[in-house]
Amino acid sequence: MIDIKVEKKLHGANGDMNLAVDISIEEGEFVALTGESGSGKTTMLRVLSGLEEAEGEIKVGGKTWQNSKQAISVQKREIGFVFQDYALFTNMSVEENLLYVNRDKKLAKHLFELTELEELKNRLPNTLSGGQKQRVSLCRALMNRPKLLLMDEPLSALDLNMRNRLQSEILTLHKEFGTTTIMVSHDPSEIYRLANRVLVMNHGEIIDDGTPKSVLLETSGSQKFSFEGELLDIVKVDVIYVAIVAIGQQLVEVVVSKEEVKNLTINKKVRISTKAFTPSIVQAN
Amino acid sequence: MLELEPFILSFKLAGLTTLILFALSLPLAWYLSQTRSKLKPFLEAITALPIVLPPSVIGFYILWVLSYNSPIGSFFYEYFGVKLVFNFTSLVIASCFYSLPFMVQPLQSGFEGVNKNMLEASYISGKSKLQTLFRIALPNMKPALMTALIVTFAHTVGEFGVVLMVGGSIPGETKVASVAIYEYVEIMDYESAHLYSAIMVLMSFVVLLSVYLFNHKQNKKFSGI
Repeated sequence: MIDIKVEKKLHGANGDMNLAVDISIEEGEFVALTGESGSGKTTMLRVLSGLEEAEGEIKVGGKTWQNSKQAISVQKREIGFVFQDYALFTNMSVEENLLYVNRDKKLAKHLFELTELEELKNRLPNTLSGGQKQRVSLCRALMNRPKLLLMDEPLSALDLNMRNRLQSEILTLHKEFGTTTIMVSHDPSEIYRLANRVLVMNHGEIIDDGTPKSVLLETSGSQKFSFEGELLDIVKVDVIYVAIVAIGQQLVEVVVSKEEVKNLTINKKVRISTKAFTPSIVQAN
Repeated sequence: MLELEPFILSFKLAGLTTLILFALSLPLAWYLSQTRSKLKPFLEAITALPIVLPPSVIGFYILWVLSYNSPIGSFFYEYFGVKLVFNFTSLVIASCFYSLPFMVQPLQSGFEGVNKNMLEASYISGKSKLQTLFRIALPNMKPALMTALIVTFAHTVGEFGVVLMVGGSIPGETKVASVAIYEYVEIMDYESAHLYSAIMVLMSFVVLLSVYLFNHKQNKKFSGI
């Protein structure tokens, strides 16, 4: 059980705000932390890891990491941290990166086998691809058998294929080690695949907390399909109007009436939904 | 006949100064690179002073502080029997002030260039600041380290004004190569002056070339090509 009740004044890009978080996390949970940039997600991870100071209490498995009187140092918190930019030790080989944390050769070998890094263990980090680097970083974070694994947008710098592969590796490792994990992510499919709980942050506060299904599937009422996207353009074609909307990586065209156009602003977020109809689903190659 | 003593003295002085300065500058440069304190600009300005001050100013103050008439000078003489001016010790002290920025500045910018997340990853791995400094920071800034050591060494070999003021020109004690050349010119022994000067030019060039070659190679290695 992890109890977090912290507060901190932030001077961020969006002006001053107050980080105020009060949550409990069960042992072994995989929590996704999401929300707009500048909402305090990264600061939250840094406070948990002890890299930044904050007021309040943090208790992990009955051990107090921080209270009003004292805080134990980042070195003694037994956490794993995966950075977006990997932050591998560039002067050490892949294997040395792991052994620097903990001289447990058996554990390193086991991690290499799980992530298929065995062949790369003598390489220097700068000779690896982005996906390989992040796998090393993930293994390194698990080398001290952490009580808590923190990941700050670990996959956002990788392409789609690599992301899918890394997601299943993260799942494998989570099953194997059962480490309580908090991951910052913006990708709904990633969150859905990996997490069993989602926290949505806005302006330093948690505004939504639930299962990925309840938080991410934003359909309400009788709508069967609902997508959020960005309105890129409205084109007039003869007597009708066509709205061009970006949803994820795809562009779609939607016919809109003259009345609807009046309520739409280009570059704003829009929601496309439809009610009764029967979609057909076929497997894509 | 070429006398090697002034060169040996120059190198002994430069070597000692580099060693002492490295030990002193390491914590200072590390602190300056990591701190967000308001004191930082003041410390940086003080560290950089020897670059802009005329050597005569540094020489004058050092003489003033180390001579028998000052509390520090008289303390060392009375309790340890050590004279702090016009000998080799005084040259080392003076050189440490004179060459300080050439050690601190490359080290500081080297530390600043090391990825902060990499240092934090080391702390998270349970390693202390000292372990992180020696096993992560320094090995990842070899060009800066090399530059700091070599440039400090070379700059100390090349000093003249401060050395002359604080040490005078005692053969075998304070008469370093640059002072020796000055004296040859004064007594119009141009042949010796030429010889000594040419040796200085050649050695300085070789030293600098080796730094740049090393850094060129390291940059290639670290950029991952």
